[in-house]
Amino acid sequence: MERIKKKMKPLAGNLITLAIVCVLFAVVFILVETGHATRHMRAMLVPICINIILAVSLNLTVGFLGELTLGHAGFMSVGAYAGCLFSIAMKDILPMAARFPLAMLVGGLVAALFGVLIGIPVLRLHGDYLAIVTLAFGEIIRSVIINLEFTGGAAGLKGTPQDSTFAIAFAVVLITLLVIMNLVNSRHGRAITAIRDNRIAAEASGINVTYFRMLAFVIAAFFAGVAGVLYGHNLSILSASTFDYNKSIELLVIVVLGGMGSIRGSVISAIIITVLPEALRELADFRMLIYALVLIVMMLLNASPRFAALKGKLHYGALVDAIRNKANKEGKAHE
Amino acid sequence: MKKIFALALALMMVLAAFAGCTNGTTEPTEAPTGTEAPATTDPTPDSGASEPSAEGEKLVIGGIGPLTGDYATYGVSVKQGAEMAVKEINEAGGVNGLTFELLFEDDQADAEMAVNAYNKLMDNGMQVSLGATTSGACIAVTEEVQKDGILMITPSGSQKECVQYDTCFRICFTDPDQGNYAAQFIADNKIATKVAVIYDKSNDYSNGIKDNFVAKAAEVGLEVVSEQAFTDQSRTDFSVQLQAIASSGAELVFLPIYAQEAAYILTQAQSANISAIFFGCDGLDGVIEKIGADNVSATEGVMLLTPFAADAQDEQTVAFTAAYKAAYNATPDQFAADGYDAIYTIKAALEQSGAKPGDADFNEKMVAAMTAITVDGLTGTMTWSADGEPTKSATAVVIKDGAYVAYAAE
Repeated sequence: MERIKKKMKPLAGNLITLAIVCVLFAVVFILVETGHATRHMRAMLVPICINIILAVSLNLTVGFLGELTLGHAGFMSVGAYAGCLFSIAMKDILPMAARFPLAMLVGGLVAALFGVLIGIPVLRLHGDYLAIVTLAFGEIIRSVIINLEFTGGAAGLKGTPQDSTFAIAFAVVLITLLVIMNLVNSRHGRAITAIRDNRIAAEASGINVTYFRMLAFVIAAFFAGVAGVLYGHNLSILSASTFDYNKSIELLVIVVLGGMGSIRGSVISAIIITVLPEALRELADFRMLIYALVLIVMMLLNASPRFAALKGKLHYGALVDAIRNKANKEGKAHE
Repeated sequence: MKKIFALALALMMVLAAFAGCTNGTTEPTEAPTGTEAPATTDPTPDSGASEPSAEGEKLVIGGIGPLTGDYATYGVSVKQGAEMAVKEINEAGGVNGLTFELLFEDDQADAEMAVNAYNKLMDNGMQVSLGATTSGACIAVTEEVQKDGILMITPSGSQKECVQYDTCFRICFTDPDQGNYAAQFIADNKIATKVAVIYDKSNDYSNGIKDNFVAKAAEVGLEVVSEQAFTDQSRTDFSVQLQAIASSGAELVFLPIYAQEAAYILTQAQSANISAIFFGCDGLDGVIEKIGADNVSATEGVMLLTPFAADAQDEQTVAFTAAYKAAYNATPDQFAADGYDAIYTIKAALEQSGAKPGDADFNEKMVAAMTAITVDGLTGTMTWSADGEPTKSATAVVIKDGAYVAYAAE
């Protein structure tokens, strides 16, 4: 009985995360349909979805595989350019319903291919070395894109059809969550976390370390590419300067803030980090100052054990336990 | 205990920082109202400013530009230039009984943020848009403008696609135009025949001008002997590029870049004893401030093709520069002049069309008026064609003893 309960726990957690996301979607969708959402709010919906996908996929490498990568924006840009070039080429040939999913697939696959290419040399490294090499990769990609003709160079790529809608972006978020949650809870996922916790022990237990590290790395790259395609189809211009290391760091901030290895945390903090600078627009000149301060305060709170204890008290499981304990006590009192 | 103490200290520091901030900003915003009123010598400044707004008729103009981040100087300049124009117009009693209201949002020169800012402005009732200050952001904004059909006049979005839709117009030259004008100007005035170029490979503005300059140079008989590139990752040391240029025998170095990099190039060229003439475009405006008083001799003889120079002696520019200095304690650059002209262009379109913001066909009337008006602005006398491009003449200035002087052909 106890064992089954333990097994069910991550699944229940996943279901709750999905339920939260779906309820949020429903609420926002109703707000938009009934005309209660301002244009400013509506414009932020797709970027929020994009950041959720990026954060959840980055969490796979940073949180579950335990490797610090700073090249996520690089994969995003590769996917974005591949997908957008595909869409531009197919603009008059395929209808949007066929073109856009294909573009996402193309973007994701190209990014995954780059993940493999980069992964082969990079995954020999660990820790700080890996972080620096992935950082360099992101910068190289950006420089290459700027110097190529067919990507539009520094002026940016124009003419991508604006296909990204909130409903499509949300569907992609759901797919990403399902795939990554299931992966993490599977045999593969346990192998990945085992490598994170103790590489030597994992190797000694017969886990193919190289294979699983590559797997996590490539899947993360794939979803970063898909997010890039969504990004490219949301704006009419795609410029390489967007994907500099600041973007990678911003994504890392989202993951760290949400908690490494917590998918629900990534979703929530992606929403917060995307909305925060826009919500602070009223403050005009102080916007970026306050944004930075809020980030510092949130990070400090997140790291403090007292806040963690407080969070633990408000945790759904803790609540259930508390109610059960109370019921048990009352039951015993009756006896 | 220690932790609580540390936290309390940190909080106090934050509070102190805020106290400093608020004091710092209220002062300059108050200062202009004090200095501005006597400068304009409006006989009834109070009633003039408040009467039309009491009637409640307002035209809401929305601007977007980088107010924070790497490109903040451009956004701030445009904002301040536009603010000045709005203030002048309102103090003079507005247009057709309307007062102007300017809302300005930050985009950090990022396309996604610019679209967010645009939507925020639409929520706040924007009726005419100033597009965005930087090209990439402006192109993203045009897509939204097209859906709404409102009039957009970008002060400084210089890429071709910034005015790709029917309701979009611009104040500045396009990048290609500047390259063409520069080559033509050098050839017409016989300034040099052998030219070299240093450009920023990672910047669309720089690439756009350079490509057209090189093409036009071949047409008008200039010989481009050296093309040297740099990127935003390597924009402080130019010794390699300058050496290559020195050995190529170029008589003139064309700099289609921004003032900060030009400042580095000019100081390094001076210490390397390179005697070629340096020739730039509007991006070079502000190079005297950037290079600093100690190195100002390095800018001697530098030529700029720019529609606006703060030290020009015509009446309009002198008045603008004086008022701008009084209000913001800074010398206006071309971006400020563009922002200022954009507001006066909206005024002219409003007068021409006689449209009211409440009209159902307000946008159509305003757009139609754009091709009929002539605006005598700070950046030249402008007319517009239906494709959104301005027609105006380019003028050149030379830097002499740390000041811009109009170029006179010898």
